Amino acid sequence: MLTYVLKRVLFMIPTLIAVSIVAFVLIQLPPGDFVTTLAAQMSQMGDTIDPTTLAMLREQYGLNEPVWKQYFIWISNILLHGDFGRSFDWGVPVSELIWDRLGLTLVLSMTALIFTWVVALPIGIYSAVKKYSVGDYVASFMAFIGLAIPNFLLALILMYLSYRFLGISIDGLFSREYADAPWSWGKALDLGQHLIVPVIVLGTSGTAALVRIMRANLLDELYKPYVTTARAKGLSEWRLIFRYPVRSAMNPFVSTIGWTLPELVSGATVTAIVLNLPTTGPLLLRSLIAQDVYLAGAMILMLSVLTIIGTLISDLLLAWLDPRVRYQ
Amino acid sequence: MTETSNDNSTVLSVTGLSVDFPLQRGVVHAVRNVSFDLKRGRTLALVGESGSGKSVSARSLIQLVESPGRIVAGEVRLLTGDTPVEITRLGPKSPLIRAIRGRRIGLIFQEPMSALSPLHTIGDQIDEAIQLHLHVEKAEARKRTIELMRQVEIPAPEQIVDRYSFEYSGGMRQRVCIAMALACDPEILIADEPTTALDVTTQAEILDLIKRLQQQLGMAVLLITHDMGIVAEVAEEVAVMCQGEIVESGNVDNIFHAPQHPYTQRLLGATLKLEQASELRLDTATGSGSKLILSVRNLCKHFEQGGGWFRKKTPVVKAVEDVSFDLHRGENLGIVGESGSGKTTVGRMIMRILEPTSGAVRYTGDDGAGDSDVLKLTKSELKRYHAAVRLVFQDPFASLNPRMTVKQIVGDPLMINKISRGRPLQERVAELLEMVGLSADMMDRYPHAFAGGQRQRVGIARALALEPRVIIADEATSALDVSVRSQILDLLLDLQKRLDLSFIFIAHDISVVRYFCDRVLVMRQGRVVEVGDAETICTAPAEPYTQALISAVPNPDPRNKRMLHRTRFNSVLAGKASAAPIN
Repeated sequence: MLTYVLKRVLFMIPTLIAVSIVAFVLIQLPPGDFVTTLAAQMSQMGDTIDPTTLAMLREQYGLNEPVWKQYFIWISNILLHGDFGRSFDWGVPVSELIWDRLGLTLVLSMTALIFTWVVALPIGIYSAVKKYSVGDYVASFMAFIGLAIPNFLLALILMYLSYRFLGISIDGLFSREYADAPWSWGKALDLGQHLIVPVIVLGTSGTAALVRIMRANLLDELYKPYVTTARAKGLSEWRLIFRYPVRSAMNPFVSTIGWTLPELVSGATVTAIVLNLPTTGPLLLRSLIAQDVYLAGAMILMLSVLTIIGTLISDLLLAWLDPRVRYQ
Repeated sequence: MTETSNDNSTVLSVTGLSVDFPLQRGVVHAVRNVSFDLKRGRTLALVGESGSGKSVSARSLIQLVESPGRIVAGEVRLLTGDTPVEITRLGPKSPLIRAIRGRRIGLIFQEPMSALSPLHTIGDQIDEAIQLHLHVEKAEARKRTIELMRQVEIPAPEQIVDRYSFEYSGGMRQRVCIAMALACDPEILIADEPTTALDVTTQAEILDLIKRLQQQLGMAVLLITHDMGIVAEVAEEVAVMCQGEIVESGNVDNIFHAPQHPYTQRLLGATLKLEQASELRLDTATGSGSKLILSVRNLCKHFEQGGGWFRKKTPVVKAVEDVSFDLHRGENLGIVGESGSGKTTVGRMIMRILEPTSGAVRYTGDDGAGDSDVLKLTKSELKRYHAAVRLVFQDPFASLNPRMTVKQIVGDPLMINKISRGRPLQERVAELLEMVGLSADMMDRYPHAFAGGQRQRVGIARALALEPRVIIADEATSALDVSVRSQILDLLLDLQKRLDLSFIFIAHDISVVRYFCDRVLVMRQGRVVEVGDAETICTAPAEPYTQALISAVPNPDPRNKRMLHRTRFNSVLAGKASAAPIN
């Protein structure tokens, strides 16, 4: 097992390097460089910059160096100083922009993920075990509706309903009085209240999909001979279902954890815009529209790294769950 | 041979059992009015062909009938213990029936490969059965598990108890299943085709083991099988099932030597027929003096395992090593061996589905493909060769595309090779179907409308479409019931006579080979052990391995049990002390 983990981690390194190169190339693709963009911005505002200052800036940022050296500077700044460069659009360092939002995104997405699992797994298991029962039909019907409703529409409906009937405005993740306040119990509670609707919105389609997947996976497993063997041992029905087929049916789930991590950053952008959530999705969208290269590059790098880490986590979990993977 | 205790009291009594499966198109009466008794220390064999209801009957004994089936009539009385229990009255999920399952009645299944969970260790799965019924601590249960594993003759159980099922071979897994079924000393053991998925030698060992344990523990055994040979070897009582009913039952000797019911007679006839060479074949016996059609020289296939950035390449697996043989025109050559012996790989290399590592295959037909070095053929030449040398597959269910009609399936090779289309194609398909004993108006049906034997006929018709010279039949009759099996073999022999075919017949079943083949090649671990005349190999083999293999084949005659007196190759070879022989 240890060699397996070590091997997987070692395999990550070349992938990470390749990914960072691609992200850097993306940053470099637009014509000109940071300094020309800065000069353009200045001249737009009527200011002029002294060419010697420009040259000095170029020198400072290493823009006269060959491309590979620039990549080296960029990546070593990230690795050694956590410096992702400056956002032109926002006028602040990229790292200042993303960490805050990433934290909130993490909280939101993880809550949505847990919500999804907690709701979907029992329903999926019930649906499969009681195939073609009334409960199964109801669950399937709800699941299809959940799959069919676009997230932003659900967000709008829930926003309207909660405002109309509960009198709560669910705009953003914090009430006005807490928005810029330091962390306190009150602020955490406020966040919790504001999380409910986004979590339902973000979780619904995932839940619906998961119910269907769990049902299908479990139906594949339920009639396998080893289940009958367990039954012939004299195990009670629910105990054997949880112990044997449900465990086998979990494998595909664990594999999907790899996809949920990058979705933290890019996913649910539309929902986040509709609900005015301060998450990373809208930030990424804006940076791409505004050609804010360092911000976009940092986020693309982050996305890729998260994808790789997510894959690693799901691979390790899978190996832990399924000995067949571990022993190969 | 029976040394069972004198107390042969009835432990389980089944009377008038009926099981129905309500399906959309009507109720299927899977089991109808079945009655039998299981006696202490005795084995009752429930025999019948697929679909006869024997498995469903057995599973009803512990209320394990798959939905939507349910027991509609009859009684199953468990007579051991203080008060008799009427099992059919217990709910299928009730704690009462669960206290019987695994505790008083153990069950072994056909598929040792899938009967164990791949996600739990072997030890945990056996522990579970013990803890469930005996309510002991984990450590205590583990001690019993190891003892059980030793009892079913798994070597070094302490070391492999924490391994997973996929690390065990098929025979070992079946031993694990037996250990699990025996975990709580049941009074009754139900074995549902326990050896069908195993090699003959492994089969003999497992049957030996069950017999020995039965004598030690005094269990009643209900053995479900389709193989009359096994029945003759191990059963004392026999009940013959046909279409959900027991048509005849009685003492094994009476069933074999004085069968009353026509179905029993037919079943025995089909089995005994395969005990000797086919008359059809003897008529047309072609000497090996006739023209050579295929010659294989020093064929090898090595598989490299592993390899990669961080892994060392492990030594190659020699799947096939230095195999040479000739196939003459009109000859049937059998290749026999246990699973993993490389027999299928040889067939695939001759077809060039797999590329050999080294060696030569030479085809000398008198048709378009002519005289050719098969391993050097280009793609288009290979196409011509594939018309002359065709494959028939093992699984009649998996080898036909369920979304194609029989016409499309059989006509496919003709379409692909642009030989005919439209009306002539239809006529040719009709001709081929009639050739294999099917009616031409079946051609618009889909494969699911056909039974196993008929499907195999469709597969044969497809192989014949391009007028081949050589047919490689890879376990072509293994998946079929014994009566259908001999029909298919007769069909192949008849076709051979009419179409001047040669066969390479790959099989693990010695009786099929004896019936069908002129010469036999015995393979073991990728190498040829022995080649010779089929009759000689089957009656007086020279090599110890072949002797062990032949002697492990069950003999369908209860007065002349062969398997239990077999020679064991391992003990012959390694001088290891073999398990104590029965009797």
